[in-house]
Amino acid sequence: MHSSYTRGVYLMCIVLRMSISHTLLGLLEAGPRHGYDLKRAFDSHFGQDRALHYGQVYSTMSRLLKNGLVEVDAVEPGGGPERKRYAITDAGVTDVAAWLARPEKPEPYLQSLLYTKVVLALLTHRDADALLDVQRAEHLRLMRELTVRKTGGDLADQLICDHALFHLEADLRWLELTAARLDRLASEIRP
Amino acid sequence: MNPPHAAPALLTATDVHKTYGSTPALDGAGFTIRAGEIVAVMGPSGSGKSTLLHCLSGIVPPDSGTIHYAGHDLGALSDAERSALRRTDFGFVFQFGQLVPELTCTENVALPLRLTGVPRKEAERRATEWLTRLEVQDVRHHRPGQISGGQGQRVAVARALVNDPRVLFADEPTGALDSLNGERVMQLLVAAAQETGTAVVLVTHESRVAAYSHREVVVRDGRARDMAGAA
Repeated sequence: MHSSYTRGVYLMCIVLRMSISHTLLGLLEAGPRHGYDLKRAFDSHFGQDRALHYGQVYSTMSRLLKNGLVEVDAVEPGGGPERKRYAITDAGVTDVAAWLARPEKPEPYLQSLLYTKVVLALLTHRDADALLDVQRAEHLRLMRELTVRKTGGDLADQLICDHALFHLEADLRWLELTAARLDRLASEIRP
Repeated sequence: MNPPHAAPALLTATDVHKTYGSTPALDGAGFTIRAGEIVAVMGPSGSGKSTLLHCLSGIVPPDSGTIHYAGHDLGALSDAERSALRRTDFGFVFQFGQLVPELTCTENVALPLRLTGVPRKEAERRATEWLTRLEVQDVRHHRPGQISGGQGQRVAVARALVNDPRVLFADEPTGALDSLNGERVMQLLVAAAQETGTAVVLVTHESRVAAYSHREVVVRDGRARDMAGAA
């Protein structure tokens, strides 16, 4: 019990960290920022449920630096520790573009990640409609697989597939509504 | 359920425009379906998906653009020729009110055959076969007012397929049914269409219904986008 709990928390942290890396990179694409500004921008757009800790920002930046996805743009000496200003590199821009273009594996409770992608696409002036279309196609592809499996399966198969299909259908409704509200969302997040 | 990639295009729309009054319903829509293929046409209400179906099936002529079906330019045919084509080559299933209330289910299904000159006995024999295939043979002597919505929709599918159409146009075929009945209608419709090699243009706003298709086309603001390469 204890080990499965630990594994669950561990996996959640990995997923969360991966998502935070790309989110911070996406925020940096608009222009170089200090760690403190990055945290404020993250909290303002995505921190409704959980604000980011400073430690998470600096550990993420240190990893992104090591991987060549960001660079230190300027160092300002102050009374305390030196303040670093981070800038995204070309490799970082490519990484964000690839992440935004890649559909997520459809699964329940995907909305917060998809919401993050939509907001970042709008903030970085990418085609958010295209992002939603790609995700819709990926959802329908999985729904087709489940429908084929259900049609040829026994009652257990049908019930299991139906459960997944109803969740995917809810995601798709959210995608439709978001697509219809993109203009309004863009005007709200780009003051 | 594999898409028939190798089959040639059966029905194609190119740069179709259609305006009702001052409201543009289609604004340069394109569409292709192959023999035996099932294509879902999706999109929000008012996006133009039903208008696309009406243009593809020759019910409504587009203001501009072309519709080609099996080598024919629908725009070059007379009204009478288009009506004849609809009787012999196309089948239709709608959401509501498609059965003739005065006729029994067998007579309803036999009707398209009777209109093309098939003798009554032969038409009713084939109608009974289709009612059996759609699992509604028990209500063959009933009139539409005496059967459930799900049964009525299966009778409508039988009637749409009884003359072996090459294209079936289905506009929200399960829109008025509950999940279980809608599901069964879709399973029977798809199985029958696949068996006979009928292409199906399936207009729906429900993703669970669209999941029975080989691919989807999304209509937005009167333009159709093929999603085959999106994912």
